Amino acid sequence: MIYRGKEGQWSWVLHRITGIGVLLFLLTHILDTMLVGWGPEIYNKVMSIYRHPFFKIGEVGLFAAVLYHALNGIRIILVDFWPRGTQYHRQMFYGEVILFFLAMIPVSFLMLSH
Amino acid sequence: MKVELRIQRFNPEKDSKPHFENYAVECEPTDRVLDAILQVKGVLDGSLTLRKSCAHGICGSDGMQINGRNMLACKVLVKNLKQPIVIEPLKGFKIVKDLVVDMKSFFEKYRSVQPYLQNEDPVPEKERLQSPAERERFDDTTKCILCACCTTACPSFWSDPNYVGPAAIVQAHRFLFDSRDKAKEERLNVLDSREGVWRCRTIFNCSDACPREIDVTRAISEVKRNLLFKKL
Repeated sequence: MIYRGKEGQWSWVLHRITGIGVLLFLLTHILDTMLVGWGPEIYNKVMSIYRHPFFKIGEVGLFAAVLYHALNGIRIILVDFWPRGTQYHRQMFYGEVILFFLAMIPVSFLMLSH
Repeated sequence: MKVELRIQRFNPEKDSKPHFENYAVECEPTDRVLDAILQVKGVLDGSLTLRKSCAHGICGSDGMQINGRNMLACKVLVKNLKQPIVIEPLKGFKIVKDLVVDMKSFFEKYRSVQPYLQNEDPVPEKERLQSPAERERFDDTTKCILCACCTTACPSFWSDPNYVGPAAIVQAHRFLFDSRDKAKEERLNVLDSREGVWRCRTIFNCSDACPREIDVTRAISEVKRNLLFKKL
């Protein structure tokens, strides 16, 4: 059985997943940008793959990962540096979730309708 | 009320890996999980092995994972838990038998932070005076009973058994912030290392698991901050 941790544990799990996700994107992004060294033809060919609807949804996922990682990063900074941060870590997590959805709803709409 | 228990069993002489067994016992709703386990041991299966001593939340010997969270079996009532009550040994230690784990490494780490008052100054005529505010500074961390519920709830400890762990840091905190203590450097050598406080990822499982309600993550954060700003 997985340990039934509370908000702290799940915020950390999500932080790890989104962190690895963003890192994988950056590695892919470095590789595809590098292709320009082999000429515009191959570069444009690879770039055209990104127009597939799968990547459109992936872009929204990437934005979500960066946003969560950034918001939770601020929460971790506050826990580490604000002496009363550990007392309010749960409230900060729920605040972070609200901010996440407030930003994600319009951004997803804009990105997917573009 | 009828209480169903699902207990992880492991006999190193017979089993190659742990397995679960189900039991049902009659309990009062106000009975604790420890009472239910002792009924299983006393009536249904005498071979069930566990640690318990005071049975009143003071000695810290019956720490175990109950319904997925670390708790003291003597501090949780059966009526407050979802059934079947799933009982497992603390995670991250080698299982000796059933619910008994090998805590040797845990106590080695406890000793590594030198958890006792050290002061080589000449002994005063009376006691070493301390103001109420100075005593209050480390009050929270004096409550630790070394049950290991915090350390074995910590993912950083599961992935790195050499991590000194929340319990040892709590013990170090109790003396680091004691105005009478003079052995800060020795303790900080242990805490300001690869396997020290910097392994903490502020996951809060330790604070949530502590049966003494110590804000463990806060204690660790205080040590971190004081190390960073060289206040200790």
